[in-house]
Amino acid sequence: MDYQPPPFFSRGPAPLVRLAFFVSLAVLLMVLDARFRYADSLRRAAALVAYPLQRASMAPVTLFNAVADYFSDQAALTRENDALKTKQLQAATGLLTLEALGAENAQLRRLLDARERMPRKSIFAEILYAGRDPFSRRIVIDKGSRSGIEAGQAVVDDVGVIGQVTRVHVLLSEVTLITDKEQMLPVQVVRNGLRAVAYGGGDGTLDLRYMAANADLHADDVLVTSGIDGTYPSGLPVARIARIERDSAYHFARITCLPTAGTDKHKQVLVLSQETNLPPRPAEAEPATARPAKQKRIRRQE
Amino acid sequence: MPFDDRPHRILLPVSVGYMVFTIVLALLFNQLPWRDLIGVPDLVALVLTFWCVHQPRKMGIGAAWALGLIMDAGNGALLGQHAFAYAVLAFAAITLHRRILWFSLWGQAAHVLVLLLASQLLVVAVRHIAGGTFPGFAYFASSLIAAALWPVASFLLLVPQRRPVDVDENRPI
Repeated sequence: MDYQPPPFFSRGPAPLVRLAFFVSLAVLLMVLDARFRYADSLRRAAALVAYPLQRASMAPVTLFNAVADYFSDQAALTRENDALKTKQLQAATGLLTLEALGAENAQLRRLLDARERMPRKSIFAEILYAGRDPFSRRIVIDKGSRSGIEAGQAVVDDVGVIGQVTRVHVLLSEVTLITDKEQMLPVQVVRNGLRAVAYGGGDGTLDLRYMAANADLHADDVLVTSGIDGTYPSGLPVARIARIERDSAYHFARITCLPTAGTDKHKQVLVLSQETNLPPRPAEAEPATARPAKQKRIRRQE
Repeated sequence: MPFDDRPHRILLPVSVGYMVFTIVLALLFNQLPWRDLIGVPDLVALVLTFWCVHQPRKMGIGAAWALGLIMDAGNGALLGQHAFAYAVLAFAAITLHRRILWFSLWGQAAHVLVLLLASQLLVVAVRHIAGGTFPGFAYFASSLIAAALWPVASFLLLVPQRRPVDVDENRPI
């Protein structure tokens, strides 16, 4: 009755069973990753496997760049050197006045009893590559938690804001660009100080949403960070308004902006450390750790 | 035509080391800094489909799932999207492997095209649910190119199995 043939042709579970198992595992992972961020340790392990592959596949590109640099024209170098010298000379005058202004600003802030701005520490990093994920805008830089990079830090290049560090591995970190659909940053119009929030458009542009149709905005207005979130320092160039569509059928204007900084132009970026001099959080209206009995009494009194 | 061998030649048994080697090569190719270049084929998916069709006993859904996980972590994508797509791709390839091998190389490529497109469609659907943007129809061009590479891949990947068993000038075959 209980006789079973010897497992000559045992193949393990049926393919459909295996498919169901692995698909449910993948769905579980996706939900954990997208909704709760619980899958980070597994991601770290898989990234550690992928890291030597990434480094190895970067090798031919690095070699090509090194060879190209070696054979770069001496005339081009001289030209670049001249241009840099001129630029530095032009910047020097601004820098001298900036020092005086900075001292004056610090003194005025002390007089007004306002908090002094702390200079931020910055870490130099190079862009390794742009992630091969057409659904989001991310780049990978060559510094990780070993160099002191933390998630949430702002990333800038020499012309403006690039994005924010969103995930840190040991030797690499991922930067979400400001043009990513899920990225937003507080901005201010230079011309009149109007504050807004810039949302990533997902296609290389930025949107200013929820600005009234009659807001004082023009094309070619320059947007800088307002600095009210404590993540981005204030006054960094972000974008320029490219197009404004005002439709009387809608309450809000459709405003499209083009980012100032471009990740395709440069390889070097700076990662700025978080503001350490934050003001204290406002006191909670009702402490969350209060005893339930006490809460009940308070409620009864009300 | 050098790589359409009819009647079927009896091939040597595959070496697992060679399978691993080709998969690692495909992973290396996929991790190259392609940025937003359109139409770069997903060689991992192609090699995976190939081994699932030719060696369904040695290449399975679990291995496909793990490969997808490495792809996701390397690209910083949603963890599990490629694992999901590759697992379904491997299952479809294993289910269809008897049928696919009866066709000529271009007929096989047509089957593979459908499989690759379906797996890309799964990725798009997953990302749509997770709130991503639609990357445009050019995204699917990579499947087209990968399927066009199928005859080349099936020539290259079967090369070690086509060797004579022992090189001997008096061998009859």
